[in-house]
Amino acid sequence: MAIVDTQIEAIEQQRPGRFREFWNYFSENRGAVAGLIVFLSFILIAIFADVLAPYSPSDQYRDHLLQPPFWQEGGTTEFLLGTDAVGRDMLSRLIHGARFSFFIGLIVVSISLLSGVTIGLIAGFVGGWVEIMIMRLMDVILAFPSLLLALVMVAILGPSLINAMLAIAIVLQPQYVRLTRAAVLAELPKDYVTSARMVGSGTLRLMFITVLPNCLAPIIVQAALSFSTAILDAAALGFLGLGAQPPKPEWGTMLSEAREFILRAWWLVTLPGLAILITVLSINLMGDGLRDALDPKLKRS
Amino acid sequence: MIQFVLKRLGTTIPTFIGVSIITFLFIRLIPGDPILIMAGERGMSAERHAKLLAQYGYDQPLWQQYWDYLSGMLRGDLGISFRTKRPVWDEFFALFPATLELSVCAIIFSIIIGIPSGIVAAIYRGKWPDQLLMSTALVGFSMPIFWWALLLIIFFSGTLGWTPVSGRISLLYYFPAETGFMLIDAWRSGQEGAFRSAIDHLILPTIVLGTIPLAVIARQTRSAMLEVLSEDYIRTARAKGLSPFRINGLHALRNALIPVITVIGLSVGTLLAGAILTETIFSWPGIGKWMVESIRSRDYPVVQGGLMLIAGMVMLVNLFVDLLYGIINPKIRKS
Amino acid sequence: MALLEVNNLTVEFKTSQGPFRAVDSIDVAVGANDVLAIVGESGSGKSVSMLAVMGLLPWTATVTADSMMFNGVDLAGLDSKQRRDIVGKDMSMIFQEPMSSLNPCFTVGFQLREALKAHLPLSRRERKHRAVELLEMVGIPEPTKRLGAFPHQLSGGMNQRVMIAMAIACKPKLLIADEPTTALDVTIQAQILELLLELNQQHDMALVLITHDMGVVAETAQRVSVQYAGQKVEEQSVEALFATPRHPYTHALLAALPERATGKMLPSIPGVVPGQFDRPSGCLFSPRCEFATELCVKEVPIANSDDPTSVRCHYPLGKSASVA
Repeated sequence: MAIVDTQIEAIEQQRPGRFREFWNYFSENRGAVAGLIVFLSFILIAIFADVLAPYSPSDQYRDHLLQPPFWQEGGTTEFLLGTDAVGRDMLSRLIHGARFSFFIGLIVVSISLLSGVTIGLIAGFVGGWVEIMIMRLMDVILAFPSLLLALVMVAILGPSLINAMLAIAIVLQPQYVRLTRAAVLAELPKDYVTSARMVGSGTLRLMFITVLPNCLAPIIVQAALSFSTAILDAAALGFLGLGAQPPKPEWGTMLSEAREFILRAWWLVTLPGLAILITVLSINLMGDGLRDALDPKLKRS
Repeated sequence: MIQFVLKRLGTTIPTFIGVSIITFLFIRLIPGDPILIMAGERGMSAERHAKLLAQYGYDQPLWQQYWDYLSGMLRGDLGISFRTKRPVWDEFFALFPATLELSVCAIIFSIIIGIPSGIVAAIYRGKWPDQLLMSTALVGFSMPIFWWALLLIIFFSGTLGWTPVSGRISLLYYFPAETGFMLIDAWRSGQEGAFRSAIDHLILPTIVLGTIPLAVIARQTRSAMLEVLSEDYIRTARAKGLSPFRINGLHALRNALIPVITVIGLSVGTLLAGAILTETIFSWPGIGKWMVESIRSRDYPVVQGGLMLIAGMVMLVNLFVDLLYGIINPKIRKS
Repeated sequence: MALLEVNNLTVEFKTSQGPFRAVDSIDVAVGANDVLAIVGESGSGKSVSMLAVMGLLPWTATVTADSMMFNGVDLAGLDSKQRRDIVGKDMSMIFQEPMSSLNPCFTVGFQLREALKAHLPLSRRERKHRAVELLEMVGIPEPTKRLGAFPHQLSGGMNQRVMIAMAIACKPKLLIADEPTTALDVTIQAQILELLLELNQQHDMALVLITHDMGVVAETAQRVSVQYAGQKVEEQSVEALFATPRHPYTHALLAALPERATGKMLPSIPGVVPGQFDRPSGCLFSPRCEFATELCVKEVPIANSDDPTSVRCHYPLGKSASVA
């Protein structure tokens, strides 16, 4: 990633300029901007779920079982998106579901990114048999289909949201290790690293302050990708009954509960899935925009 | 080429050993005693407990257990299922054709639609066909496929009544599973309508399982085509006065296929992960459904053996894809 | 009637920062059997003007010209199908990078036979026979064996010969060679140039040679057209140009030749060709010109298109050069 070649001394002053340049490229991409807006609203909904939701996600209104959304016959504006089989308000459950998905994404990305980048830096800097061992271990993890490995880990640790997140983080982490190591290996021979070494920077300083900032572009793109993967996989685990457990209003779990009403109450099935799709789609749109704006190879000359 | 194969095997074997160690350790990581978990709430006598521990080899030292596991695996012995009391190996290979049949159909579906879509998008880059195809591909890429399956069931099975909801063939037909591939068995049984029924049962699972690979292949084909189309040799082909069809479909595609094939190979893992969800939803009696059921019922020998065999399959396919890559990329083949 | 006659050719590229004019009102005339050299530094629009004639520019380019006559046909009025019948048959082109100009996935023989198949009604066997003949003609040893080789198995010089064989496969009337020797070793360079000249003489084929190397020009060309920043600054016969360069840019290019160096230091032209954003007003060469005056900075010099000796300069050298 030759974003900055040899101008070490200029890095600090260049920061705002680089961000502006990045934003120019990013904002040119209408899809990416739309994705960003949807994603920001998703975060706001997740944070202010308590304020936004008209009801508590677990309150059951026994007089309104399986009530359709308001525009359909039998629906009322009291429950805008209808109710589920035990009379809980769908809208409120969906809004609280955003909170689950957001925290799943956030925690999974944080764990996998921090551990993956650190391990990748170690592999790149230390080299030798440490590097070989680390990369072989990552190959081993990558040999398993990710969802299956997560499933098995959940089976061992016991089905719960925390375990599901941990399992997904472990499964996603090799990507970061590989990316970071590759970026470090590409950066190490460059002049600015050599000169930093010559002025006596310690290894830790070299790792985190000198080299890491120059490898960030692919890692940021990967972070966006794994955010959406985390939401999808967690929902899939919830759907299989091995992620968040009912009555938690997690979108995948909601879908799993709705399966028996598939032909009777379409809104129970359609809405949570739509919520997942829109969220994941917005993140992926954003990720594509990030990649195009950060990848100098694709920049128009 | 031989050197290339040997080098590739050199990285596969350590990975294989690593996978075997990980799958072996999984069971030991479970808190509690696997035999007691198997016994469930009924409990068992101390005598029987000791006997079962010895029978499953859990009383041996760890390295001995690993050695038995590894050597057993190489002999085709992965232990006995707690649930069905049948050998894990046999169960796996009895169910595997169902998954393979579904996966092959899904990958063919995704290639047949994905590659032409990518080519068209690249040729019309920035224009409406490109935007339409790539937006659709991104939606497919972001799709929670378990929900997608439910939507398709609601529409095609519920509203239209065109396709069956579950299983591999209608219960009206019965014939022995000779190859395990329902399409072939149904064809060979000669029963009227059996083949048609098998196809009807395959359609929705194929679409569901093929959706994400389809999106990935279309996106990869487009970007590979775009990269190739700006190469010098494409300009040469145009300077020869060749038709656009020949330039795009032969000169550009042949080069663009190299990264696309890699992506298709890598999507085998995605496919098997997707099979877990697809098979569960459509009650498709394959490996994915078997694994989920075993995980739910804590049938550890099956979880362990199945995980090992699936990872083995993935590694085998990756090896195969790398060799194929060597064949289609003349730079590797000849040097 | 010249074989190729292009009047007032302009090429603009769409870029994210607005349009960029890479070729600015250029006239080109090549007679049958002519050898025309187009010289200029990188970025002077030499290749772009010829790619425009071939119709090989990407979709971001807009090509306009008053006329683009080739062999009695106006290229501008053709649809893409009609154009493809001419390109690669009567008019062909070879490029700077032989290694990347051949498709790495197909054998040399396949790519050669394909050029024949596209334009000539030959049978499979005739094509194969002709392919061997062509490789022999461009001086490739063991041509039958080489047909099965992939481009990465051959050297750069061999690949350029293959490119030439492909370009002359259908006996073109005009061959455009875009810096054909830049990427090659010096010894190979001479061989390739010799081959091109031989083809020009023996096969009645006009040659346009795009180069930045004045030494190559001296050895090969009959006439020379000098381009700078998308504009043609002067055109003369090779002898006249080397004897009395009339544009200061030509003068400076010639002065930079090692053979002509008089002092210890090899003279060079300061600065670079202006790009999209630093185009000067007035004469485009004025910031780098040792003779520039206020007039040059303010006013754009125009060459008189009726006078063939006219150059794009307010103060042409030659007559006045002795005064200066």
